Amino acid sequence: MMLSLLRIQAIFFKELTQLKRDRMTFGMVIMIPLVQLMLFGYAINTNIRHIPVGVVDQSQSALSRVLVQTISATQVVKFEQQFQDIKTAEDALKRSEIRAILIIPPDVTKRVARHPSSGFGLPASSDEETSRPIAQWLVDGADTAIAATIKSLRNMPLSELVSVKPANRSTPTFEVTLYYNPEQRTAVNIVPGLIGIILTMTMIMFTSAAIVREREQGNMEMLITTPIRSIEIMLGKIIPYIFIGVVQVVIILGLGYLLFDVPVNGSLLSLLAITLLFIAASLTLGLVISTIAKNQLQSTQMTIFVLLPSILLSGFMFPYEGMPLAAQYIAEAFPATHFMRLIRGVVLKDLEFTDLTFDIYWLGLFTIIGLAVASMRFKKTLG
Amino acid sequence: MNNSSESEYAIQAKGLSKHFGDLKAIDNLDISVEKSRIYGFLGPNGCGKTTAIRMLTGLLTPTSGEIEVLGLRLPQEAEKLRLKIGYMTQRFSLYNDLTVKENLQFISKIYGITGTQQKKRIDELLSIYGLNHKQTQFAGSMSGGQRQRLALAAATLHKPELLFLDEPTSAVDPENRREFWEQLFDLCDQGTSVLVSTHYMDEAERCHKLAILEDGVKRADGTPEELMNNMAAHVIEISAPELRQLKQHLMSLPEVITGSQLGARLRVLIHNTVTDPIGFIMQHSNLTADFVDLVRPSLEDVFVTCTGNSRQ
Ligand SMILES: Nc1ncnc2c1ncn2[C@@H]1O[C@H](COP(=O)(O)OP(=O)(O)OP(=O)(O)O)[C@@H](O)[C@H]1O
Ligand SMILES: [Mg+2]
Repeated sequence: MMLSLLRIQAIFFKELTQLKRDRMTFGMVIMIPLVQLMLFGYAINTNIRHIPVGVVDQSQSALSRVLVQTISATQVVKFEQQFQDIKTAEDALKRSEIRAILIIPPDVTKRVARHPSSGFGLPASSDEETSRPIAQWLVDGADTAIAATIKSLRNMPLSELVSVKPANRSTPTFEVTLYYNPEQRTAVNIVPGLIGIILTMTMIMFTSAAIVREREQGNMEMLITTPIRSIEIMLGKIIPYIFIGVVQVVIILGLGYLLFDVPVNGSLLSLLAITLLFIAASLTLGLVISTIAKNQLQSTQMTIFVLLPSILLSGFMFPYEGMPLAAQYIAEAFPATHFMRLIRGVVLKDLEFTDLTFDIYWLGLFTIIGLAVASMRFKKTLG
Repeated sequence: MNNSSESEYAIQAKGLSKHFGDLKAIDNLDISVEKSRIYGFLGPNGCGKTTAIRMLTGLLTPTSGEIEVLGLRLPQEAEKLRLKIGYMTQRFSLYNDLTVKENLQFISKIYGITGTQQKKRIDELLSIYGLNHKQTQFAGSMSGGQRQRLALAAATLHKPELLFLDEPTSAVDPENRREFWEQLFDLCDQGTSVLVSTHYMDEAERCHKLAILEDGVKRADGTPEELMNNMAAHVIEISAPELRQLKQHLMSLPEVITGSQLGARLRVLIHNTVTDPIGFIMQHSNLTADFVDLVRPSLEDVFVTCTGNSRQ
């Protein structure tokens, strides 16, 4: 028992020393969370603004100019070009200079007057001729996010346009109260999720190379003639990365709080508990890969093969509920999916880890099975 | 009472075979290695030396055959054997990005040697193998010979009863090689049994006993003297002009095993079915007896005679 601990400790310190000397890897441990946090926090935003668009104004009236200004004021689009005819505008759309074209028809003044939302066209809706929309958008529908954003302009109120208080401003059917992220800031959802993504990436990547590297460099032949046991090699190799994982979590949550005001509502104890569990699960997944791959190229390929679905299906970017049932089952198998629920629960909703027992059990089970499979697959022979 | 552990043999293997698909890397090998002796595997590249050693250390499961090492049956009792053997792999297998001392400390801990005991043993090894002033150098930046000494230090750190060395001196100059062998004899005097593989004749000649391997088959074994005395050929040296033509002529005769030119001399191996080799040469070359000598065979001659039949 004492000897066993000593051997685990020997591998542990060896691994740590090698890591310390490997500047590149060491730098990546810090740079990956930093860069990702910046990218997701600043660059990637699901609230789309300032979409470049063009306008074909066939009416050239005072009202059409006010209409353009009113739409600009929403900041959703930015009018960058004026076109004489639809043909040239479509060419610009094709060249991606603009993402949409607003066509204002010659009779726009009449249409606004008859439009129900402007409030004095009643009773016009019965008349097909006069209840038409006031203008038309031609949209580059290739990017669904941009298309959806422009679609949201469909029901823009026209009250400002005609500066009359609308008579029939409808009361909403539902009142909606937003919990946990009332201001709807993307960062609040992204930052905790990012912990899951980064830990998945680095933990699986590091350990998947761990055993393969020793085999490739010939160290394994020496190691397996010594009295060390498989499980001792496995444990000694993953423990240093647990510390690295914790360092990364601290970086993400710390900067998330400083730069993006993402609060940590839950207890730190819960946070530590679920993070350690998830790190352990990811590490054993990497170890299993490491015992299957024959060389480092293979281990990298297998890592990516596991990484992509595990990140895409985790619910980080696309809500779990929106996925087809089959994808949901696959997602359930990956530790990242469970961690995503856990971390958002603890960080944003002030849950204790004891409130999320199913996900906890799954991660625990995954770790134990992973470690057992890795130790069994790793035979202390060459063939 | 386990009789076999009292046995005079460190290694005994019978009918040992290892097949990789169709390739018979080791074919029906029998060997016995006595305790406190240096036993050599001599053979060309790819003859199966490494494969044989891997089976004898329990790293590779034989296709068939029986192995007993230090009284333990392999591969079943491989784990029990680990503390008793040291293995220096053909390829350097310590960590290039650790220093000499860190490597030795790592190995010590793996074998459960700690504290002052560890310090004492490492200091001892550093001075035996002349690595004192290299302690803080990275293993990866050392010369071939230094790395070899470090590997030997690591393999002997836990004072194993039996040491396996796979081509230990392939990157070492003759001077250092001699020193390396001095150290092996020291270990041997202290009671360690050694199995060493090589493709150098001078190295093989230093072994107490050796086996000549070719294509996974043992062609001959015994002490170097036995092998040389029992050789199935005569060795003739000829000093004469136009040796190249003479060589070609002689090689075409069925009684001649091989001929090789050494500067101004031609060394010819003739089958011992020929009773008068000097007369035989004179008859086939118009040379007088002054130019032809019968000489003592070397280990290389033994090697060529044993392995020559199946190759050019
Ligand atoms: N894992 C393996 N799979 C398939 N063939 C193998 C394997 N290991 C060895 N061989 C083959 O077995 C034969 C013997 O190889 P081995 O490495 O034992 O030779 P060796 O005597 O150690 O050669 P060298 O002097 O070059 O080290 C070679 O033909 C080699 O290609
Ligand atoms: Mg070899």
